Amino acid sequence: MSIETVDLTHVYMPGTERAVVAVDRVSLRIDDGETVGIMGPTGSGKSTLIQHFNGLLRPTSGRVLIDGEDLWPREKDGPRTADLHKVRRKVGLIFQFPEHQLFEESVYDDIAFGPRNLGLPEEEVRRRVTVALRMVGVPEDEAEALGRRSPFSLSGGQMRRVAIAGVLAMRPATLVLDEPTAGLDPRGRLELLETLSRLHRRWGLTLVVVSHNMEDLAALVDRVIILDQGRLILDGPTREVFRDPESLRRLGLDAPPVVALMHALAARGAQVDVSRLSPREAAEEIDQWIRAGRPRRAGSGREGDAGLVHV
Amino acid sequence: MSMFRDITIGQYLSGSSVVHRLDPRTKITIVGVFMVVLFAATDAAAYATLTAFTVLAVHLARVPARMLLRGLRPVLILLVLTFTLQLFLTPGRTMFTLGPLVASWEGLRMGLFMVARLLLLLVMASLLTLTTSPVSLTDGLESILAPFRVVGLPAHELAMMMTIALRFIPTLMEEADKIMKAQMARGADFESRSLSRRIRSLVPLLVPLFVSAFRRADELATAMEARCYRGGRHRTRLNRLRATALDAAAAALTGFMAAVVIGLRWWPG
Ligand SMILES: Nc1ncnc2c1ncn2[C@@H]1O[C@H](COP(=O)(O)OP(=O)(O)OP(=O)(O)O)[C@@H](O)[C@H]1O
Ligand SMILES: [Mg+2]
Repeated sequence: MSIETVDLTHVYMPGTERAVVAVDRVSLRIDDGETVGIMGPTGSGKSTLIQHFNGLLRPTSGRVLIDGEDLWPREKDGPRTADLHKVRRKVGLIFQFPEHQLFEESVYDDIAFGPRNLGLPEEEVRRRVTVALRMVGVPEDEAEALGRRSPFSLSGGQMRRVAIAGVLAMRPATLVLDEPTAGLDPRGRLELLETLSRLHRRWGLTLVVVSHNMEDLAALVDRVIILDQGRLILDGPTREVFRDPESLRRLGLDAPPVVALMHALAARGAQVDVSRLSPREAAEEIDQWIRAGRPRRAGSGREGDAGLVHV
Repeated sequence: MSMFRDITIGQYLSGSSVVHRLDPRTKITIVGVFMVVLFAATDAAAYATLTAFTVLAVHLARVPARMLLRGLRPVLILLVLTFTLQLFLTPGRTMFTLGPLVASWEGLRMGLFMVARLLLLLVMASLLTLTTSPVSLTDGLESILAPFRVVGLPAHELAMMMTIALRFIPTLMEEADKIMKAQMARGADFESRSLSRRIRSLVPLLVPLFVSAFRRADELATAMEARCYRGGRHRTRLNRLRATALDAAAAALTGFMAAVVIGLRWWPG
């Protein structure tokens, strides 16, 4: 499925003195199977933008097209409830700190909330809960016991998993997450990143991830969109976007440490490919450079030389 | 969908209008007097006086009227309900009938007055918090309550509690908005026509809201203790409250308004 926005603008409290243009004429298209990161400084409109992807917010002007279909086709009319429900099933939205939305007495019931709202028979609900728990990395033999526990008795990381499972149980084709790793400890964060990446690889979900954390994005997404003051100012492959730490810094964003390291090396005259994103890639690159024992000639690298520094 | 954000009671809009500059004690007293007088008002002339007073206050405060009106939107249902009940349940001369229901002229009058009363009350209460910073609101309340300390009233604590409660109304509204959206993303239906479904749909909203309110209360208490808050005793203030000529003028105006309304009621004529 695809998500497309055309000149999407969202103004909060329009017509008052406190009107805020949170999203300003943003046009983008996210296709089936993509992994897309959205970044930008605080208040740049990231959360506002993604709430249009499943019809929670109505654009002040511009269009939102899901699978080519206009979500708000008529000018003045109220929302087309049936269509909105359909869209919310296709696009699962996970807000920041999703664990704050847990409310049922048991983990099972909380995950079952969505499927039950769809009016599914209890047998199908049960199946979906089990699969959703498996998708977030809970093995089948533990699912039973976990399902009986109160969500409020879990650790922060576990709660977040359960909350994500609650959205996955709706069987969305696209998962949109707002700051998914915020507030987790390092281990919880790594586990969640692994889970999310598996959701894409193994279950084929399209991922849209809002994050301040460049490392998270480097690990998760192939494409990055940057917003600043509500405007889309950059949209490109992750490697390309991170290749220019200087312009990122101007936006108050920081390149991932690995990228910073490669740039620092390059600045000292080392001829390394600065578009390496993960620690492992970087290690390989540095290893090769050292083994070569001499400056490698620019342009002799691999992968189409996309990110070579020409010293 | 974000109707929760429109509520203006409890928000503060900084400014430098004459109303902003009034002593908080004056403002609190004026709102108190206004409320009492409001309940003494029984005829159109009295309501006209009160409305004029309110409009003048809003104008002087330079608060955008649009914002105040938006703040009234969430209570619209309440207003319509009040009006309808008054219209049909007040006995009197028949205006029209609707099946078994009889609308009376007296009901129309009562309904209109009731709605006007609620509206004026809401606008004045909003205006108080919109033009008074939380700090001066606490100071004002505390200073007004201070004389009652001799009978054991914890004036400082009460004022602090009221201010914190006011301060957290907008935060809770934002939170409610967010939780509602999150549950809607899971297919929750907050717009169902069936009453029982509607009531049941509140559970996924209210449980997380209470949990978060308690969490916030806990955080706040810790943060206050960490900064050695120990209640009213030994506390000193940065800005002492001081009444000025402006306060005298406002008080005089309020007194005049109250005299007119009360005079209208008890003056035979
Ligand atoms: N419900 C709302 N009502 C009014 N203004 C809002 C509302 N939500 C957001 N805003 C304003 O809109 C702008 C964009 O906010 P948004 O939350 O989309 O930014 P963000 O990029 O998600 O920021 P952050 O990184 O802090 O989460 C901000 O100026 C914010 O103050
Ligand atoms: Mg945000």
